[in-house]
This record gives sequence, structure tokens and C-alpha cells, in this order.
Amino acid sequence: MAGAFWCVVEDDRQGMPKKVMAEALGEAGRLSGGNVEAVWLTDKASEAGIKQLGEWGAKKVLLLENAAFAPYRGEVWAPALAELAGKESPKAIFGPVTSRQRELLARVAARLGVGLCADAVAFAMEGDALVGTRPVYAGKLISKVSWAKTPWVATLRPNVFRPAEAQAGKTAEVEKPTVTIPAAKMKFLERREEAATGLPELTEAEIVISGGRGMKGPENYVILEDMGKVIGAAVGASRAAVDAGWRPHRFQIGQTGRTISPKLYLGFGVSGAIQHLAGMRTSKVIVAVNKDPEAPIFKIADYGIVGDLFEVVPALTQEFKKLLEK
Amino acid sequence: MKILVAIKQVPDTATQVKIAGDAKSIETAGITWIVSPYDEFAVEEALRIKEKRGQGEVVAVTLGPDRAKEALRSCLAMGADRAIHVNDPALANADTLTTARALAAVIKQEQPGLVLVGRQAIDDDMGAVGAQLAEVLDWPCAYWIMEETIDADGKTVKAARQVEGGLEVFDVPLPAVLAAQKGLNEPRYPTLKGIMGAKKKEIKDVKAGDLGLGSDAPQLSITKLEALPPRPPGRIVEGDVATAVKELVRSLREDAKAI
Repeated sequence: MAGAFWCVVEDDRQGMPKKVMAEALGEAGRLSGGNVEAVWLTDKASEAGIKQLGEWGAKKVLLLENAAFAPYRGEVWAPALAELAGKESPKAIFGPVTSRQRELLARVAARLGVGLCADAVAFAMEGDALVGTRPVYAGKLISKVSWAKTPWVATLRPNVFRPAEAQAGKTAEVEKPTVTIPAAKMKFLERREEAATGLPELTEAEIVISGGRGMKGPENYVILEDMGKVIGAAVGASRAAVDAGWRPHRFQIGQTGRTISPKLYLGFGVSGAIQHLAGMRTSKVIVAVNKDPEAPIFKIADYGIVGDLFEVVPALTQEFKKLLEK
Repeated sequence: MKILVAIKQVPDTATQVKIAGDAKSIETAGITWIVSPYDEFAVEEALRIKEKRGQGEVVAVTLGPDRAKEALRSCLAMGADRAIHVNDPALANADTLTTARALAAVIKQEQPGLVLVGRQAIDDDMGAVGAQLAEVLDWPCAYWIMEETIDADGKTVKAARQVEGGLEVFDVPLPAVLAAQKGLNEPRYPTLKGIMGAKKKEIKDVKAGDLGLGSDAPQLSITKLEALPPRPPGRIVEGDVATAVKELVRSLREDAKAI
């Protein structure tokens, strides 16, 4: 519908929207007074997935279901989504910051000739105009941005926006529009899965544990993983630890790694170099454990323990276990 | 094969940034400028492709004010053959789309077989120019690549892009845009010979008019830069390990409600 706020669905490739969609739909709903539609490009949707989007506040699900949409390829997705936007005239197109949507929404904005606000952490309506807020310069400053025209295209940093609460019984109308689906240029060869850690994905986790140079070696990360299993946390690392070869790069938190914004961040042996802070300073609660009382991370930590992480970590894991078993 | 690398000059991460009087930009005095780290991965990869194939040309291009020439000079010192500097006050407020259009115009003139970019510049962190460039050119693009191999006849690049939970590998027909992720390579340091040689290499100045660009207003504008709101003061939890840990867990549960 013209004037609606669109949320482009990120799914788990098994037919269910990811929980970051509750955040996008929640924010779009607040800004638009509930005029929210989910746009779902996928090779495999599901009834349960559509129901979930409805409960999160989507009035309508625009479903483009086609085998050509898997895996994501920009040259297939962007023209399809842009064509639909041209027909429907949404007021905004939002999506979570994920590997594919950061590319997709940039391409769609280019195709539509409109502005893109990537990695937004807040929005506000000023009169009839949307203002986006996003961190810049390694998170040292905050930038407010505005668009010259609609649709306002933006990607939303995960874990920052208040998720929509699922309302049982609320349903979305399903529409299956017809759009041109371009032929893929890129030929998919294979997907190489990372070794499963049994822990949540870094950018999606509500709790993140991070180990820095103070971990002393790759063999010691097992104590952080043990804690991760107890509290359901992802385990990341600082650049120092990644550059030392202790952890693969995909676990790096910071400016040249992943940007995270969990409810709780626990840093062990992390000094808090600017480039690390750039990737985690929007975390809600920050805990730091470091031997050095002068470590810069204590300046932004909500709680700190000055001490030896090899004593603190096992004790903390035990204490978490006691708490969560209650 | 001609390879074009689009780079950006950005403040060094460790540099203090201060908001300028217009409240929309930063004070440029006293800033240490560098080539954005992801762009260095892109330059390095271009040089490796040229070395591996034993022939070709690496062209560095940037859009920016006079000072951005230094960044191009760094790329030339690393080994790029020549550089193009899109330097025009009319593009001072360029958003990602304007930048992509300007770069696309350069690419149309240069006709490279491959374009490499960094996954994002570390100043405004938009991470959009590579994707928008591909869109404007109607080329395929692989974002956040961790490895690439070009086939012998230069028609296809096999690229592995980083996604949640793994890598996805594609055969990408050339010409294409590849956006470098950390882990792709380890950028070289310029040698003294490289630095000396860079002074003799060509940096071509280009104006918006040379590229047939109009003076479109940017689609996205910065209306205000603000300092980060300060975090509430933190607290060091004192005591021996057992006491501190107990108190920390209690605080996280009862005060911060974080677990």
C-alpha cells in the first residue's frame, strides 16, 4: 500500500523470519502508527513464518517466493524489490543489518535513486520527515541524517530497537505480487559451513563474551565457551587476539570486525582499544575484567573487576550456573 | 587485465575527531589521514592478481579534496601503476550514491575488467558504495569477500563471501565488483623504492564535468553531528574473587537486569 513502512524479511533459510524482524517491525510500527508491511523474498516461506510476521505487527506480507532467490544474489533481488517498490510506493524500506541486506538495500536505494542510511541506531519523525541516527568515526560521534525524498531506505543495527511484542491472533493479509525476476549472473558453487560452536551468532546474540590479549593463547578460549554455554552467549575476540591467530577473523569484534550491540557484553583481558570500542560501545551493559586497572575499557564499563581472568572466569561461570539453575 | 581499485582517505582510528563549527562535519586540522584499512586489502588483492597473472594494470581512484592525493600516493607506493583523483568542490557533500555515480563514470571511461573496493570506509561506515557501484554499472558484485581466484582467461572470478554461519562461493562473471573483507590478505608495506617511485607515477585530476556528472543534490544529508552521549559512570566491584564475582552476578541480575 502506498505510504506503508516496509520491512524486508531476513529469514533462517528454513522458512522462519529471524528475531531481528521483531525489532524492525516494532520500530517501523512505532514510526508509522502501525502502517507496516513485511516484504519477503525467499525460496521457501512457511505458514508459521507468515503467522509470526503478522503477530509482530505486519498488516500485510508481500510474498515473493521463487527458487531464484536462494542463495541471495544482488542482481536478482535488487531489481525485483525495486520494481515492487516502484509499483507500491512505500514510504520507507527497512531491513536489519545482515550480510545480504547491507548490500541489498544499498543496491535498491541506488536503483530507486534515493538515500540510504546504513546501520541506524535510532529514528525519529520530525514533522513529516524521518531523521536517522547512526554512529560514525569508530562510534566516536553520532550523525543525524535526512532523506531528500521517499522511500527512506535504512538498515537497522540488531539488538538496538525495541522488538514488537508478538500479539497472538493478529494476522497479516498475504499478497503475492508479480514482478520480473532477472536471471542470475553469479553462479552458486557451494556453501562452506563454519564449524558449529553450539553458541549463538555474534551479531544476533543477546549476550556476548569477548576475550582479548589477556587470554594468553587460543587454548584458553574454552573457558569462555563454557561460560557461553551456561548463559547462552556468543564468544568473540578482540583484534589483538585475532591478529595473533588465536581466533578466526569471523569472531573479531570491532572496527575491522563485527559490530555488536548486545544486552550484556562481558570482556575478559580486553584492553579496550578504540577500534574494539567501535564495535561494541552501543552494548547496553558492559562488564570488564582486566588485570590492569588503567585499561581503557574500564572507562566505558558499567561494572569492572580488576583481577586475573583465569581466576574470575571459572568463578563467574559457577555463579551464573547457580543463578540460572534456581 | 586492468583492475580499478576505489579507495577513500579517512581519519586514522586513533585520531581524536572534533565537530566543526557547522555542526555537520569534523575539524580537519590536526588529523592523521590514512587509506581506509579495507581499501588497503582491496589494493593488495589487485596487486597480487597482477603479479600472479604476470601482466595487467592497477589503477587507484578516489573522490575527495586535495588532501586525498596523499592516499592515492600511498596506493602508488604499494605498487599501483597510476591514479585518478576525482576532485571537485561540487562533490564535497557527495553521499554514497553520488560517489558511486562518479566512480561509475570513471569506470565507464577506463573499462577495467575488475573493480575492487573495501567493504566499508571507516569514517562514515556506510558500506554502500561498492554495492551501489555495481547497481549503477549493472554488474554483479560479491560483498565481504574472503578469497578470490580469477580463471586463466580472465572471464570469471571465483569468490567466497562471508555470510552468517559460513562462506558462500560463487563463479562471478567479469567485469564485476568485489568488496574486500579483512582476512582476504595481509597488505604489504610500501618499500622505500616504492615510495620514491610513486612520486613519478601519474595522478590524473578529474572534475565532475569531465565525467558528465550533473550537480544533483545528495539524496542523503547529514543534518547534525553530535558527541556521543556519555555512559553513566561505572563501578569497580571490589573484594576477593569470590566476593567480587557474587556481587557482580547479583548486580547484573537485580540492578542492571541484564541476565
